[in-house]
Amino acid sequence: MTGKNIVGIVFSNAYDECISELTEIRTMGSVPFASRYRLIDFTLSNMVNAGIEKVGVLTKSHYQSLMDHVGNGKPWDLSRKNEGLFILPPFSTNEVGENNDKLTSLKGVLGFISRSKEEYVLLTDCNSIANIDIEDLINTHIDNSADITIVYKNGKPPKLDNTLIFNIGYYGFVSEVKVGVPDVENANYSLNMILMRKSLLEKLVNEAINHNYTSFSRDIIQRNVGNLNIYGYEAKGYSATIESMESYFKVNMELLDIANSDDLFNKDRPIYTKVRDDMPAIYGISSNVKNSLVADGCIIDGTVENSILFRGVKVEKGAVVKNSIVMQDSMIAQNSSINYVITDKSVVITSNKALSGAENYQLYIGKETVI
Amino acid sequence: MARKTECLAMLLAGGQGSRLGILTKNIAKPAVPYGGKYRIIDFPLSNCVNSGISTVGVLTQYQPLELNDYIGNGQAWDLDRANGGVHILSPYQQIKGTEWYKGTANAIYQNINFIDRYNPEYVVILSGDHIYKMDYNKMLNYHKEKNAACTIAMLEVPWEEASRFGLMILNDDNSIREFEEKPKEPRSNKASMGVYVFTWSKLREYLIADEQNPNSSNDFGKDVIPKMHQDGERMFAYLFDSYWKDVGTIDSLWEANLDLLNPKVNIDLSDPTWKIYSRTPVSPPHYISESAKVQNSMISEGSRIYGDVDYSILFNDVTVEEGAEVKYSIVMPGTVVKKGAVVQYAIVAENAVIEQGAVVGRSPEEMEDRDLWGVAVVGAGVNVGKGAFVAPQTQVDTDVVKEGE
Repeated sequence: MTGKNIVGIVFSNAYDECISELTEIRTMGSVPFASRYRLIDFTLSNMVNAGIEKVGVLTKSHYQSLMDHVGNGKPWDLSRKNEGLFILPPFSTNEVGENNDKLTSLKGVLGFISRSKEEYVLLTDCNSIANIDIEDLINTHIDNSADITIVYKNGKPPKLDNTLIFNIGYYGFVSEVKVGVPDVENANYSLNMILMRKSLLEKLVNEAINHNYTSFSRDIIQRNVGNLNIYGYEAKGYSATIESMESYFKVNMELLDIANSDDLFNKDRPIYTKVRDDMPAIYGISSNVKNSLVADGCIIDGTVENSILFRGVKVEKGAVVKNSIVMQDSMIAQNSSINYVITDKSVVITSNKALSGAENYQLYIGKETVI
Repeated sequence: MARKTECLAMLLAGGQGSRLGILTKNIAKPAVPYGGKYRIIDFPLSNCVNSGISTVGVLTQYQPLELNDYIGNGQAWDLDRANGGVHILSPYQQIKGTEWYKGTANAIYQNINFIDRYNPEYVVILSGDHIYKMDYNKMLNYHKEKNAACTIAMLEVPWEEASRFGLMILNDDNSIREFEEKPKEPRSNKASMGVYVFTWSKLREYLIADEQNPNSSNDFGKDVIPKMHQDGERMFAYLFDSYWKDVGTIDSLWEANLDLLNPKVNIDLSDPTWKIYSRTPVSPPHYISESAKVQNSMISEGSRIYGDVDYSILFNDVTVEEGAEVKYSIVMPGTVVKKGAVVQYAIVAENAVIEQGAVVGRSPEEMEDRDLWGVAVVGAGVNVGKGAFVAPQTQVDTDVVKEGE
């Protein structure tokens, strides 16, 4: 089966607070990542690569940048006469004030889900990055006659609220679920990509409304371990979950390992993003670039090492950029240096400045700051 | 009937570009890749959009498949419009049979119905052969000011090169006194750029008359424009004084690419107010490794560089392995340059493989006989075998093996 029969639901604000510097002005989904992407690109691309034609993006706050990025969905081929991309802002302002749980958001969009003609629903967050073959996911779901299938990864779980930790029993079914902020080195943790029949989700959410339940993780998933067949689908290949500024930095840097990039940017399942029509990057006569990812539109005349440069970044002569993430249209002027720094968009570091963070604590410079 | 449009553009994209040799074996000249991510046709198309001309007819004939596919519905250039937009106009079957476009003027003649649908006052005629950024709207305003029947964009070229161009001798008010087609002894250095603005009602008359003339070759430069001049129509030259390059030959294509790396050359593709749009491939950012050395070059997305790159333009998804060298070269999408291979003073087309230790091209300094020097060209999908050599000035479109093997 292909994704044609699935409606995608993306929680664009989930876990915003874990990288509050970056989400002060945007949603988790619109956080810039890997030189030319926004986090939502991964989940949207995964969905359309499997043939999903209808996606609802749930937003709560700060969604201007998200709207600007996704537009009418054209880059993901989701600008359709039938189906396509739907931005779903909060139904009422009361909702925003309520707790941050996904269940609250789902209650607000139950009508959208019910009206969809697709039989299945796929729920995803934006802070987990992976290239998942959703066609394989749904086939596995059907082959195992599962009620719910959840994508998980084995490794060190993120220290985030409501993280789902699984014991996987016979035949790959979930036998036990823990919910909370994990404090273990190794576990099967959820990447929060969850597939089930639409009718089941409607039933579970309605039950939750009737019982005044408040937690998606506890009341929809954990509570039903004994009642429903919950299948664990292990993410193959590279994947990562952003849980803090430090992990945001680390996950970007992990892509300098080309094996990780190859997995994530799988040629058969490409990751789409908004096109900006920049020229290719230009390397000047005094440029010296090592171990870095560079996007179109950059003009580099200085030294760049172990760094991630977004579109339109300028590194002038004599400038040194090391171990840093430099976002769209920022400039590092002559003879300035940055080390362990994350600059947001359109930051200007004027000449002869030296800024440095530490390996485990990067210095963050806010959007449009001039130093 | 479409909504009335003041000015529309007709882009002549049917040329074979035979002087580009194997690069145009399977594609029309306007579809030839340029500048790391563009194709030649992106320049006139982007100029149209940036000039506010949103109805564009693209006339294709030779090897149209890739070009048609590339243009698609025009969305990449913001030309997918409810009114107007981009239209591919191929020769079509008529009651009296199918007729190929016999010449540039005939191509427009055959599409008079298309143009009439928009009922325009003016028509801009463009070709898909040149690299330049130009505001056609300024030229249109000039045309209106002069109350001209035809305005020809003109560029002052170096005197020593003038004899390669169609030249114009002007009166003081920039009206055209005389034309000279590629004269041996040029009397002017004012060359035509192949960009014309016509008042449609006038051009329409002349196209119909030209079609009825059995002795005409149905060409703008040779027939229609001289006839208009002879009949005393108001014809003016419009001075353009920025970067313009005909990329009709291997050498000029190579030069025009490397011009992008020369800060003294006035072609800035990073100007946000005059973007050159293109259909962007879906590729991740490019990667420069620890072992790479990249200078004076342009590199596009998806490429991976482990070797040395100097004075070169690399398109998307090119791989340069460790110890390989690419210099003074243009490398098109998907090509792999393997360990220890050297690509210099060369154009390598898409998806070629340059195997270990192979050498493509040679620097002019290394040549005993400088006359034998020239750009080496490797065609699309060609495999240049281990240790093989592709000599300067040669073009290879089949696999090459090392001599004696």
